[in-house]
Amino acid sequence: MKAGVVVFPDSNCDRDVMVALRAASGGEPVVLWHKESSVPPLDLIVLPGGFSYGDYLRPGAMAAHSPIMRAVKERATAGTPVLAICNGFQVACEAGLLPGALLRNASLKYVCRDVHLRVEQSQTVFTARYAQGQVVRIPVGHHDGNYVADAATLDRLEGEGRVAFRYVTPEGEPTAGANPNGSARNIAGVFNETRTVLGLMPHPERLADIRLGGTDGRAMFESLVEALA
Amino acid sequence: MAQVARELGLSADEYRVLVDAIGREPTMTELGVASAMWSEHCSYKSSRVWLRQFPTQAPWVIQGPGENAGVIAIGDGLAAVFKMESHNHPSYIEPYQGAATGVGGILRDVFTMGARPIANLNALHFGAPDHPKSRHLVAGVVAGIGGYGNCIGVPTVGGLTVFDGGYDDNILVNAMTVGLARADRIFTSAAAGIGNPVVYVGAKTGRDGIHGATMASAAFDDQAAAKRPTVQVGDPFTEKLLLEACLELMATDAIISIQDMGAAGLTSSSVEMASKGNVGIELELDRVPMRETGMNAYEIMLSESQERMLMVLRPGAEDRARAIFDKWDLDFAVIGRITGTGRLVLRVAGETVADLPLAPLADAAPVYRRPWVATPPRAILAAEDVVAPVGDGEALVRLMGGAHLASRRWVWEQYDHMVMADTVQRPGGDAAVVRIHGTGRALALTADVTPRYCLADPYVGGAQAVAEAWRNLTAVGAQPLAITDCMNFGNPERPEVMGQFAGCVEGMAAACEALRFPVVSGNVSLYNETNGVSIPPTPTVGGVGLIDDLDAMAIIAFKRAGEPVVLIGATRGHVGATLWLGAICARDDGAPPALDLAVELRHGDFVRGLIRGRRVSACHDLSDGGLLVGIAEMALAGDLGVALAPAPEDLPSHGWWFAEDQSRYLVTATPGEAKAIVAEAENQGIPACVVGTVGGDALTGLDGEPISLKSLRNAHEGWFPALMGEND
Repeated sequence: MKAGVVVFPDSNCDRDVMVALRAASGGEPVVLWHKESSVPPLDLIVLPGGFSYGDYLRPGAMAAHSPIMRAVKERATAGTPVLAICNGFQVACEAGLLPGALLRNASLKYVCRDVHLRVEQSQTVFTARYAQGQVVRIPVGHHDGNYVADAATLDRLEGEGRVAFRYVTPEGEPTAGANPNGSARNIAGVFNETRTVLGLMPHPERLADIRLGGTDGRAMFESLVEALA
Repeated sequence: MAQVARELGLSADEYRVLVDAIGREPTMTELGVASAMWSEHCSYKSSRVWLRQFPTQAPWVIQGPGENAGVIAIGDGLAAVFKMESHNHPSYIEPYQGAATGVGGILRDVFTMGARPIANLNALHFGAPDHPKSRHLVAGVVAGIGGYGNCIGVPTVGGLTVFDGGYDDNILVNAMTVGLARADRIFTSAAAGIGNPVVYVGAKTGRDGIHGATMASAAFDDQAAAKRPTVQVGDPFTEKLLLEACLELMATDAIISIQDMGAAGLTSSSVEMASKGNVGIELELDRVPMRETGMNAYEIMLSESQERMLMVLRPGAEDRARAIFDKWDLDFAVIGRITGTGRLVLRVAGETVADLPLAPLADAAPVYRRPWVATPPRAILAAEDVVAPVGDGEALVRLMGGAHLASRRWVWEQYDHMVMADTVQRPGGDAAVVRIHGTGRALALTADVTPRYCLADPYVGGAQAVAEAWRNLTAVGAQPLAITDCMNFGNPERPEVMGQFAGCVEGMAAACEALRFPVVSGNVSLYNETNGVSIPPTPTVGGVGLIDDLDAMAIIAFKRAGEPVVLIGATRGHVGATLWLGAICARDDGAPPALDLAVELRHGDFVRGLIRGRRVSACHDLSDGGLLVGIAEMALAGDLGVALAPAPEDLPSHGWWFAEDQSRYLVTATPGEAKAIVAEAENQGIPACVVGTVGGDALTGLDGEPISLKSLRNAHEGWFPALMGEND
C-alpha cells in the first residue's frame, strides 16, 4: 500500500499516523506538502489531526482551500480512499468531501479521553477488520467535534449505511453520557456516498500500540493494508 | 530621568550605578533596556547569592543552570532538555493569555536548545475554592494551557493543582517542558564571530507586553487589573511553524548561537547573547519586522511579542536559512551584526539611539544580600495529641472528595495528553511516563511541592519537595536524574520572606546532594504579594528520571484479587501539618514530618530494585493524606477493593492511616513474593509489613460500614465538576 499523508501548517498528528501506517506494514508513507498542487499515484490519502492554520477562522476552513486539497478532491472523486482524522475530518467537511459540519463541543471545552465506539459499518476498506456492532475503545482529543447535519442528511446517512462509528457506553448503548461532544445521533464518523472517504473525530493512531494502553485502533490500518496492498 | 527610572522599577541606587557605568545620563531607550535587564525577573538580583548553593553537577549533566534550559545525557547519544518557568503575575491579570504564553515561553526555551519538545507539565496554585475569583482563574488558566499545548501538538502529561487561601490574590502558574535532542547537537546562546549576521525570525513585533518583566517584578495592589496591557498574547500556530523551521535549520550547520525572545524581548536576547560571548552587538531597529506602524526604539526593544527568536548565523548561511523560514511562511530579517566593541549599539534610520557597555547590563547587574530572619520552628505534634473528630472511614471519603485530593480529571481532560503517541503513563499516576520515540525506553516526569510543609519549616519543606519528586519517579521504576525548579515566593524585601527563601534553598540543596539529583535549570518568581500579604513559600520541583526498560515499569492500579498490599517504610504517626489535620481537624499547626535523606535513598533504591526485578504488580508512593489515601487511590485506579489489616495498637488509628511520615511506598505482589519482599526489607533494616489484601469492591476493615468503591469514586470524581458548576 502506498499512502500519502497531507501536512498542513500545524498538522500535529502527521507523524503519529505515519507510525501507525508503518506498523501495520503500510510501507513508508509519503508526505504531501500543503503548497503542492498535485499528488503522486497513491492507494490512500490521509488528512491527519492537528490544528491546521491554528484553527483560526474555523477548524479546517483555510486548509480546505490550500492547493493540495484541489488535488486531493480530484483523487477522492476518482475513488482513491481518503482517511480524515479529527482536524482532517473538519477539513474534509469544509472541502465538501463529506456532508455536515463540526461545531464546538457542547461542553465548550477541549476533551481528551478514551471513548467507546460502536462499529456501524464494517463493509468498507477502513473497517473490514472490525465486526459489525463491535465496541472498540479509541481516544478523542478535540475542541470542535460536535457533528451536525440537517435531519434529512442524517436520515440519508443512516439509511445508506454511511454512519461509520457511534459514541456508545462500554456496553454498546448510544447514550448522552457516552457522547463526548454533543454530536447529532452520537455520530463519531461518516462515509461519503461510495464509502471511500471516512471522516472521524477519534484517533485510531493513538491506540494502535499495546504500550499506549490498547490496540483497537490498529485494525483500521490493518484493514486498509489488507484491502489496498 | 531619575524619576522615570523609579517608575520603571529602578531604585535610586541602581540608577546611580547605571549613570556611573555609562558616564552620562541614559537616553529613554537606554533606560528602558537597563531597567528591564535589572528587573528581578531578568537579573535574579535578590536570589542569586542563595541559588549558588544548589548542586548542579553529575556525570550525566551536559548543561546546568545558565542557559535557556538544562540538559542531561540519557544514553544512546540522546539528551533530555528541560526547564520550568513561572507565569504567575500575568496569569492572575489575564488567566487565558497569561497561562498560554507561559507554555509558549517554556516551549521556546527548550527548542532553542535544539530539542524537540515531547512533554509539558504544569504546577498550578489557586486560592480557596470558594474565593469569588477562583472559578474564573481555574477555567481561564486551564483553557489557556490547553489552548497553547494542544494546538502546537505537545502532550501535557502531568502536574499538580492546589487550592489554598494563601494564593487568593496571587495564583501560581508554573509550566515545564521536556524535550529530546541529540547530545552532540545542543545549541546555546553565546554569540561569536565578529561581523557575523544577527537574524530575527518568527512573528512580527507589536506593542504587546511592553515592560512585562518589570510588571512581573513588583507586588500587586488593588489596581492589578490595570496592568492587563502588559500581558502578551500567544499564537501557538506561529510557534508550531517556528518550532519546525528552527529544528529544520538546526539540522544544518548554519546556526552559531540562538536565543528566544522571552521576558524583556529583544533587549534580553541581544544583551545575553552578546555578553555571554564577550562580544558587542549592533542592531538596526528599522529592519525588525513590525506589525504596527510608528513603533519607536523603546517600544521595539521592550516589546514582549511572542514566538520570536534571535540567531547568529555563519557568514554566507543567510540564504539557506531564509529559504527554510520562507517555506514555513515566517519572517526572516538580518537586523544587525556582531562587533568586537563589547557594546550594545541600537540605530534607527542610521541614527544611534542607544550605546551601552554590555558588561554592567548583564554580568554586573546589582546583587543583593537581602536581610532575612529564619522561620521559627514549630513543635512536633504526635498523633496522641490530637483527638480525631470523625471516624477514619468518613475522614477518608472527605479527603478523597475534598479540594486537595479530588480527581483532577476535569483539568487534564482539557489537555491533549496523548498527541505524539508516546504517552505510556497518562495523568493520574505517580509520574507521567513518555516513551523515547522509537525505543523501549522512557522518561518519567513529575512536578511536586508541599507548600504547607514549606510554610511550617522551609528547610524541611524544601528538602521534601525534592524528595517527593525523587520518590514519584522511583515509584514508576525510573532512575531519578535531575530537577528543574521554580522558586515562587513573596516580597524579598521582607526579612521573613527571605528567610523562607533561604531555608527552602538550603533544604532543597541538601536533598539534591543526598539523592544525587542535581538542579540543571530553574526560575525565580518573587513579589508574589498583594497588599502586603505574601504567598506561602512554594519551591516547585520538576523531576526527570529514566526508565531503561518499559517492560519493568510500575503503575499504581491494584492488579488482582488476593495479592497482599505491602507498606515499605516506617509509620510513626506524624500528623503535624498534614492534610488530615487541616481538612478534618481544621488545624494547621505542628512541624512537618521529619525527612531522613539517607532513609529516603535506601527505601527508594529498594523499591526501584523490586520494580526493575518485575517483582511487584503495582507501586505507589505515600504523600498527601498518608497510608489510607494511598491505598484508596490504588483501589480506584485498579477498580478493585481491599480488605485492610487492623491498625497496630501502639498508635491511635488516625496516626496509622493519615500520618504523613516520609519515605514510604506501597507495593502489591503475589502472596509468595510479598512474603519474600517483607523478609528482604527487614534484612536490610527497612520496615515493611502487610497492610491489606486486594479484593472485592469496597474498602473493608475500618470501623463502621465498608466503603464501596462506587461511593468513593463518586466523591473523588464529583468535586471538581461541582466546583466548576457542572453536573456530569
